[in-house]
Amino acid sequence: MRGMTLSHDVLIVGGGGAGVRAAIAVAEDDPRLSVAIVSKVYPMRSHTVSAEGGAAGVIRSDDSLDEHAYDTVSGGEWLCAQDAVEAFVKEAPEELLRLEHWGCPWSREPDGRVAVRPFGGMKKMRTWFAADKTGFHLLHTLFQTSLRYERIARYDEWYVTKLLVDDGRVAGVVAIELMSGRIEAITAKAVILCTGGCGQVYPFTTNAAIKTGDGMGLAYRAGAPLKDMEFVQYHPTGLPFTGILITEAARAEGGWLINKDGHRYLQDYDLGTPSPKPVLRSMELGPRDRLSQAFVKEVEKGRTVDTPYGPVVHLDLRHLGEKVIDARLPFVRELCRSYENIDPVRELIPVRPVVHYMMGGIHTDIHGATPLPGLFAAGEAACVSVNGANRLGSNSLPELLVFGARAGRAAASFASGAQGAGTTARPAVRALVEDERRRLERDLLHRDDGKEPISAIREEMRATMEESTGIYRSGSALAKAADRLGVLQERFRSARLEDRSRTFNTELVAALELSFMLDVAESIVHCALLREESRGAHQRVDFPARDDHRFLANSLIYRDADGARRVEYPPVTITRWPPGERVYGR
Amino acid sequence: MADRITLRVTRYRPESDTEPAAREYEIPLRKEWSVLDGLNHIKDHLDGTLSYRWSCRMGVCGSCGMTVDGEPKLTCATFLSDHAPGPVRVEPLSNFPVVRDLVVDIGDFMRKLPRVKPWLIRSEQEAPAEGEYPQLPAERAEYEQFSMCINCMLCYAACPVYALDQEFLGPAAIALAQRYNLDSRDRGASERMDVLSEAEGIWACTFVGECSAVCPKDVDPAGSIQRYKFTAAMESLKTLLLPRGMR
Repeated sequence: MRGMTLSHDVLIVGGGGAGVRAAIAVAEDDPRLSVAIVSKVYPMRSHTVSAEGGAAGVIRSDDSLDEHAYDTVSGGEWLCAQDAVEAFVKEAPEELLRLEHWGCPWSREPDGRVAVRPFGGMKKMRTWFAADKTGFHLLHTLFQTSLRYERIARYDEWYVTKLLVDDGRVAGVVAIELMSGRIEAITAKAVILCTGGCGQVYPFTTNAAIKTGDGMGLAYRAGAPLKDMEFVQYHPTGLPFTGILITEAARAEGGWLINKDGHRYLQDYDLGTPSPKPVLRSMELGPRDRLSQAFVKEVEKGRTVDTPYGPVVHLDLRHLGEKVIDARLPFVRELCRSYENIDPVRELIPVRPVVHYMMGGIHTDIHGATPLPGLFAAGEAACVSVNGANRLGSNSLPELLVFGARAGRAAASFASGAQGAGTTARPAVRALVEDERRRLERDLLHRDDGKEPISAIREEMRATMEESTGIYRSGSALAKAADRLGVLQERFRSARLEDRSRTFNTELVAALELSFMLDVAESIVHCALLREESRGAHQRVDFPARDDHRFLANSLIYRDADGARRVEYPPVTITRWPPGERVYGR
Repeated sequence: MADRITLRVTRYRPESDTEPAAREYEIPLRKEWSVLDGLNHIKDHLDGTLSYRWSCRMGVCGSCGMTVDGEPKLTCATFLSDHAPGPVRVEPLSNFPVVRDLVVDIGDFMRKLPRVKPWLIRSEQEAPAEGEYPQLPAERAEYEQFSMCINCMLCYAACPVYALDQEFLGPAAIALAQRYNLDSRDRGASERMDVLSEAEGIWACTFVGECSAVCPKDVDPAGSIQRYKFTAAMESLKTLLLPRGMR
């Protein structure tokens, strides 16, 4: 029968770092299993490629797993699942060494050992790096290594539109092959969502165009809860206009943040006192949430520099010298030259906070399993959570390795065990596939009476998110945003689609992406409205204090079958580090 | 600087068009705008049916290669102001089948990649617990340049040999094989020699050097090919001249 011929034991959606690592884990775990990666772009185009600064993993004798765990938990303002953090710090060094054995070109010490650099919020030097293209090298190493496993099948440039759920468990996906436009079901006993974050719901982001929260939307619509969606990380140093990331490694190597008076303003925000050389967990090496918040306060004091693309402060690397910049930060220099026409060896870099990372995501346990049987998730798409209310720089790359591998092993075990038994080609599944095919063909490809282009709705969604759910939030702005997003959902239903072609129809993909983004944006705003406290990246001007009594709890947002939302607050898992004060620079 | 510029963009939809044709769009000319920003303006405001690939818009994902005014370029790193007053011709990459508009089929490259075994080969895999394989900074520098390839396909679009003979492995695939051959941790050079030394491997290259000229990441595939030709020639000589035990 048409549409029911493609089938695997484990299907991975997304070919970035988490997805490829998961695929290799499945292939190594059980050679009898059939495993495939379906991705809307060729795997090496995935956004992991843009990660710059490094990957944290304890390797030096002066460091310990407990210190990495404490930095992570305090950096996340005690919203991290501490059992997950303990597993994470323990397995991170092994995963990074495995990458080394697979050929990752880690930068080296003069004696040939892997080099480490400082990073924000980390008390010891434990961030491995490949110059300032760590994500690029990590992803290409993973992808190239995956090519030696002929059994890892790939559906490159296929776009997943729906998760098939039958009888309370996942049975596969429906996807469009972009080149031909054909719509097919790919059935599977287990599905792992590794689709990354959703920075594109905001207007100003470091995230690539493909970061549209597809996997979060797929899971949410299938009834799996999203966790801690209100925690959105602003990276303190993005280039104005483009939003291109200038890595935290620039500050780890000794860069300074200065305001329009040349003053290292972070000293005014309880982040320590300036010294010429970088000091760990202090000043420019404070955590991202605190640095981005300090920027807003500088704007309010009138101490930033106005540009056509908003206020900026300056990142000063000039004192590092050309040699250090070329050896340790060559990509920073290349990006500044290309996109700002400046040379950081001689000039100041204009920077402003920019949406960078979702701490929240699809709720999973420490094995990457969601509450929906057969559905797993890993990487930025997931929320285990090791990041809590604020992720530390250089924890995301080891996270996608550790939990990509864990999710791969757990999905393999699920697919080969009793839980995976039973057919995925039941009549009910076929009916779901036909419903989805009808939705795509009739409702989208043959929509004749649309009113406005999807870009208009997308722009308004982004403006709504920036105004309401930025670095500082208020109940009134969030309530207004929730209403506006509801209106945008309505308008989306009557949006205009001009492209009728089946061949590489990027307008259709953009419409489907926008639809996922609207759902994800609503979950962010809704959870931000309900969390009446300030913690990490979630700062409420109307509730400026942390409230451990009410909110030492994760937000779990569900969408029920009738479309109604509900949010639950299970307590945070605390093993060894009771909540305390976050101390930086003193 | 004028405040408007025209993009002359190749359109082709296989269901309705018998052959590609250029279509002109007038867009704002802003000094920060890349050619990709111009295409995005067209798609969002003028014509939602235009298809092209893009993602990172910072020159590292390799998606947005196109032909701009006759040259293969990353459109996210090519600026409209450098092509003023226009019109700026934007066409799909040469030497690849066109799928639609500015989208080309790179399946041929994706199928060639595994043939050069672009992964670290060891006689046996040590467990990660044993620690890292040591590598001196100078040893890392030996292959670093060839590890910077983003698979953007500009070198294939520029290669006159690939234009005539699609069996040619091509610049990026050969550079990637060399990236592993030159890695001090790798032991797989002999396994890669067969595919590199066959007629459609390095010997097909006539050293025009166009690949290195267009590479946006300074990988220098032409240099890698020349260097490998020397290696391969030495190996052949050894086979001819030396007794088996000394090769």
